Amino acid sequence: MMASYIPLILMLAAGMFLAIVLLKLHQWLGPHRPNDEKTSTYESGMEPIRSARERFSVKYYMVAVLFILFDIEVIFLYPWAVNFRALGLFGYVEMVIFITILFIGYFYILRKGALKWD
Amino acid sequence: MDIIEPLVKIVFIFLITLTTVAYLVLVERRVSAFIQNRIGPNRVGPAGLLQPVADIVKLFLKEDIVPKAANKFVHSLAPLISLVVAMTTFAVIPFGNSIHLFGRDIKLMIADVNVGILYILALSSLGVYGITLSGWSSNNKYSLLGGLRSSAQMISYELSMGLSIIGVLMIAGTLRLDKIVESQAQGMWYFWRTPISFITFVIASFAETNRLPFDLPEAEPELVGGYHTEYSGMKFGLFFLAEYANMITASAIIVTLYLGGWQLPFVGHIGLPDLAVSLLQIAAFGVKVGLVLLFFIVIRWTIPRFRYDQLMNIGWKVMLPLALANILITGVALLW
Repeated sequence: MMASYIPLILMLAAGMFLAIVLLKLHQWLGPHRPNDEKTSTYESGMEPIRSARERFSVKYYMVAVLFILFDIEVIFLYPWAVNFRALGLFGYVEMVIFITILFIGYFYILRKGALKWD
Repeated sequence: MDIIEPLVKIVFIFLITLTTVAYLVLVERRVSAFIQNRIGPNRVGPAGLLQPVADIVKLFLKEDIVPKAANKFVHSLAPLISLVVAMTTFAVIPFGNSIHLFGRDIKLMIADVNVGILYILALSSLGVYGITLSGWSSNNKYSLLGGLRSSAQMISYELSMGLSIIGVLMIAGTLRLDKIVESQAQGMWYFWRTPISFITFVIASFAETNRLPFDLPEAEPELVGGYHTEYSGMKFGLFFLAEYANMITASAIIVTLYLGGWQLPFVGHIGLPDLAVSLLQIAAFGVKVGLVLLFFIVIRWTIPRFRYDQLMNIGWKVMLPLALANILITGVALLW
């Protein structure tokens, strides 16, 4: 059973090898003449004002949290979808109830304005 | 377990992907030139056919500039993650039926694992890390904004992507991509059977690969280069390679799930030798992927970019309910 995963590991290793070879080759072939102007942060030709590590919109956190919630729901749907024919009408009704609950939560966050971008 | 066979297949796939990426860039430039009534690159080699080679050599010979404010380690790690993820997603996609060579049957997919689609979803989630980390590590405001936008966009559309696949899974009853392709024999492609799922999946793949009309992470007029503003030379090249490799994989997934994969209707009944049938099926897969790629390119040069709030609204308020509704509709249709 696990043996079928060996090619996946091989492919990950091969991809890693390719990326490292490309990066090393680039380091080896390209010139290295860094100076202060060249290595300063690009800000459309202006002197950089403060660091970029500052506060940013909380909306991105909201999206990430909501993603985790919904992604777990999606993963719950997968085993059900694969066995759909075996489960029949009973499984379908169960899933309608599940999706209805999901939709109640969805409308709640919609009304709360969690998905409002302006 | 035989190691040689998967290794040969991996090298084959890598070579194909890298060549396709190189020439896809050229095709994209020529098609965009055609659409905009220009000529496009045609100087290097006959009809510009050596342009990709020149581009790659140029990328290698450029200086690798690492900004002094950047986090050096993560700055080099990010393109590596992007490329590895992009190159390995192809592992579970069958690019042909089994082929009889050297006295044995070779299955034309790299890893025949039973999780199939889940592996693709898992890896495409990992792809977000490459972009987010590159945006954060550069310590540049444009990069940070690009990385943030990109991660929010990719995770939002991943939901609708995952949900649209469920329509196919309900009909096929398996996660294995080779079984899904087999169940689409005789032209019964899922494209006909679950059209809503097809449409939402294609839109979500556009967003996942950061292609126009969803290319906000690197929206040039507002964010300079987005997450790869501070990258130069081959490090930038790795992102570029990853983006186009992702596009190829996305097209291959669309073809596998909805357009019949390597299935070529009626080819089994003409009485051709087995080897010819296998080769024709591989060619059919290649042609289908090529056409989807062309579709990607034409869309890029014909449709303007969305605004960010529009993008998020489409993702959460249109695609998500649509994909969920599709599950219910498919269920009713299957039970009837």
